[in-house]
Amino acid sequence: MTSMTGTAARAMAGFGNTSLGRAFGSWLGKIAGGFLILLVLVAIFAPWITPFDYAAQDLMNGNAPPGWPHLLGTDQFGRDVLSRVIYGARTSLSVSATAIAISIAVGMTLGAAAGYFGGLFERAVMTVVDLTWSFPDILIALIFVAIIGPGLTSTTFAIAIAYLAQFTRLTRAQIVRLKRETFIEATINLGAKPRHILQYHLLPNAIAPVIVVGMLAIGDGIVLEATLGFFGLGAQPPTPSWGAMMSSGTAQLFLSPWVIIFPGVVVAVTVIAVNLFGDELIRALDIRDRIRGA
Amino acid sequence: MLEVSNLEVAFGPVAPLSGVSFALDKGETLGIVGESGSGKSLTAMSVMGLLPLSGGRITAGSIVFDGQELTTLSEPAYRRLRGGRIGLITQNPMTSLDPLQKIGPQVDKVAVLHLGMTAREARARTVEILGTLRIPEPALICERYPHQMSGGMKQRIVIAMALAADPDVLVADEPTTALDVTVQAQIIRLLDDLVKERDLSLVLITHDMSVVAQTCDKVVVMYAGRAIEHGPVGAIFGAPQHPYTQALIGCIPKGLGQDEQLTGIPGTVPTVLNYPKGCPFHPRCPRAQGICATDRPAHVTQGDSAVACHFPGERA
Amino acid sequence: MLLRYIFFRALMLIPVSISISVVIFMIVHLLPGDPIDNLIRVGSSPDDRAALITKYGLDQPLVVQYFKWIGAMFQGDFGEAIVLRRPVADLIAQNLPYSLTLGGLAFAFSSIVGIILGTISATTRSTLVEQVVRGFILLGSTVPGFWLALLMILFFAVQLQWFPVSGAKGWDSLVLPVLTIGFGGVALVARVTRVALLDARREDFVTLLHAKGLPARAILTGHLMPHAMLPVVTILALRIGWILGGAVTVEFVFGRPGLGSLLIRALGQRDYPVVQGCLLMLALAVMLGTLIGDVAQAAMDPRIREAKK
Repeated sequence: MTSMTGTAARAMAGFGNTSLGRAFGSWLGKIAGGFLILLVLVAIFAPWITPFDYAAQDLMNGNAPPGWPHLLGTDQFGRDVLSRVIYGARTSLSVSATAIAISIAVGMTLGAAAGYFGGLFERAVMTVVDLTWSFPDILIALIFVAIIGPGLTSTTFAIAIAYLAQFTRLTRAQIVRLKRETFIEATINLGAKPRHILQYHLLPNAIAPVIVVGMLAIGDGIVLEATLGFFGLGAQPPTPSWGAMMSSGTAQLFLSPWVIIFPGVVVAVTVIAVNLFGDELIRALDIRDRIRGA
Repeated sequence: MLEVSNLEVAFGPVAPLSGVSFALDKGETLGIVGESGSGKSLTAMSVMGLLPLSGGRITAGSIVFDGQELTTLSEPAYRRLRGGRIGLITQNPMTSLDPLQKIGPQVDKVAVLHLGMTAREARARTVEILGTLRIPEPALICERYPHQMSGGMKQRIVIAMALAADPDVLVADEPTTALDVTVQAQIIRLLDDLVKERDLSLVLITHDMSVVAQTCDKVVVMYAGRAIEHGPVGAIFGAPQHPYTQALIGCIPKGLGQDEQLTGIPGTVPTVLNYPKGCPFHPRCPRAQGICATDRPAHVTQGDSAVACHFPGERA
Repeated sequence: MLLRYIFFRALMLIPVSISISVVIFMIVHLLPGDPIDNLIRVGSSPDDRAALITKYGLDQPLVVQYFKWIGAMFQGDFGEAIVLRRPVADLIAQNLPYSLTLGGLAFAFSSIVGIILGTISATTRSTLVEQVVRGFILLGSTVPGFWLALLMILFFAVQLQWFPVSGAKGWDSLVLPVLTIGFGGVALVARVTRVALLDARREDFVTLLHAKGLPARAILTGHLMPHAMLPVVTILALRIGWILGGAVTVEFVFGRPGLGSLLIRALGQRDYPVVQGCLLMLALAVMLGTLIGDVAQAAMDPRIREAKK
């Protein structure tokens, strides 16, 4: 028993010393981080915690206001709003996270290559990147969806493309900065191969800001997914997503505003939590200047 | 003209400066020397009344300028002194000027503010002062931006700004540290000439003992936020009493061709957060004994000089 | 000096415009199916089809097609809307003024209120005021625009009935859309202003300004604000596009005419000539925005003016 608590205490102390642990240090970090963990758990265990089947229609009970048994009311087809919000978390979180993961993977590769090799290649990449950078994310996503058509897959890729520029710029800025550091120059002079330098020296040092910005971008991705969904270009019925729910709700805006209000509140709270926690992470890692410099 | 006694400065609970005293007469140059982090710049900021900018405040002691107590002076009254009667020359000329404004207006402002001149009169004065500082084509320079000029040139502009309202005292905080070696000598000579021509009082903050030896009348040696020895340059350089002062003087190269062994000082300068108890220098001092680690030495006055050491005296 | 800068900066827009127009041109060709089917309404006569094929040279290589297409654009011929059965140019001409009014007002609102709020939060000594402004900044930069628009409608238009629910008749129909777009814009501008002011205050030259005896207020207005405005102008210029992007969603929700709602509707109806026309106009606006921003910055900062591009 004592050894158990000792181990646990040590584990906790170890966690407290990591950057992630320090981000949980302030009460804002605790609340935001706790909410995000809860949200992910809810999304994972959705089938076991939803009070109703998210797709079950009950036309007799349409547009019911929040109350019992439908805590957050029902939509025009009598579907339980709470259950749909919970399932929507699955769609929204996974679409946004997948999209940002793709975006980071491609963006880091492009940015690292541009920053490391420089020259004409860097110019070409950065011209395209700066171009997309100045376009609003919703426009880029709309162009993309215009080409490959609506749906969750195209939404995922649209989000990935919309934020690609951000990660490319950030990674390149890190690499360019690191390349000037003495230890990298020394490694180059020792005759290390570019691949080795990138893999073992540059990328590991550049990754922290990219991860944090990536986390913040998941918040933006959720908003973008919701917006596309709202335009009817994202998740197609009956798949619940926060945006799609609000889209179908607009027709009944005055009759059953809760269909729109609750998913929106969840989106807003989630994105605020992501931002607050990201801010705490930036403070814990002390990388604000590196992020702003990009 | 300027008398500082027992000055103590605090940033929250930390007191990076305590027990600093010196006096400066008209036409005199006072050198404040010490390693980085010894509290030289803080002393300058205290005299300028600019400590609140960085969150510090004066907790004890007094600063008397021309019979006027400065530590209790109101901000508007202090503003009339700043730039008007006390001019500041800062460390890094590269970043001391507003990059978005032309040189002329930046210098003009001082005369407009303190001498009540019109813009036109102020410009004429600026051109004249730039001329006396040996800046070629002063009227043209007024129309240039800071980034178009070299470091030495910018430092002359900063000096011109400090001089524009005909002050009584100049505070120069390491005015040459950021400059090329050749330019350093020019700027020091320029300051020296100004003191003589205009009968100015100059507080010259530096970490270079040889500059002090060449240009100053008096010197204050600072270590870990304390003035450990002060007095006339002749006395201090002739017979330094504090082991730290002796070590600093030992660091000055005597010149080419001399077969000499330059001495360094073992150990490192303590930071504000770990100032040693007792005499701050005792961990690095060859003479240190038990009392040095426990009791803070008081200033012992000897003629015009004073030293804070339990075992003062010339090198054994 | 400034003129020279503007000239070279404008020159740099040429390759950018070409690449954008290529992307927009390619939309019709990347879509599944024959491009002609994406450009003409179902059930058109073979004669109509033939006419369109010759007009765009759809039987010729892509490069030739592109030049024919862009050439027509330059002559104000944006093609024919499939669903609305009118020249796209007419549709754009009809909708553009609405977008410009909304965008312009939202832009002015965001800049003015944002700069004021940012300055307050950076200079106030009251932590309460600072916290409130910071909270507002966080809310404004995270809440989805379309949802805010819906809430505005529910509260101000339905509950309080202060403003019309939708449409574009009269000035009062502009209030809610401008507020909605402005909310995010204000938050963004305020955040950048705040950070820039705090940064500027740490600059070395500020010490010397105090040492010259300048009053704090004069230092703020004469030196700190101009410095802080450099990044603010950059962001504002970059975000001209974002404000237009915001307009896309907000126009749609408020049922206002405008490029945004035209674009969304065309996307839903797969009316590709209209999609192309709208995207081209929006892209043009974004590019002009960045150009204006860069020029404004060069006008303010001599270091940029002289930097060799």
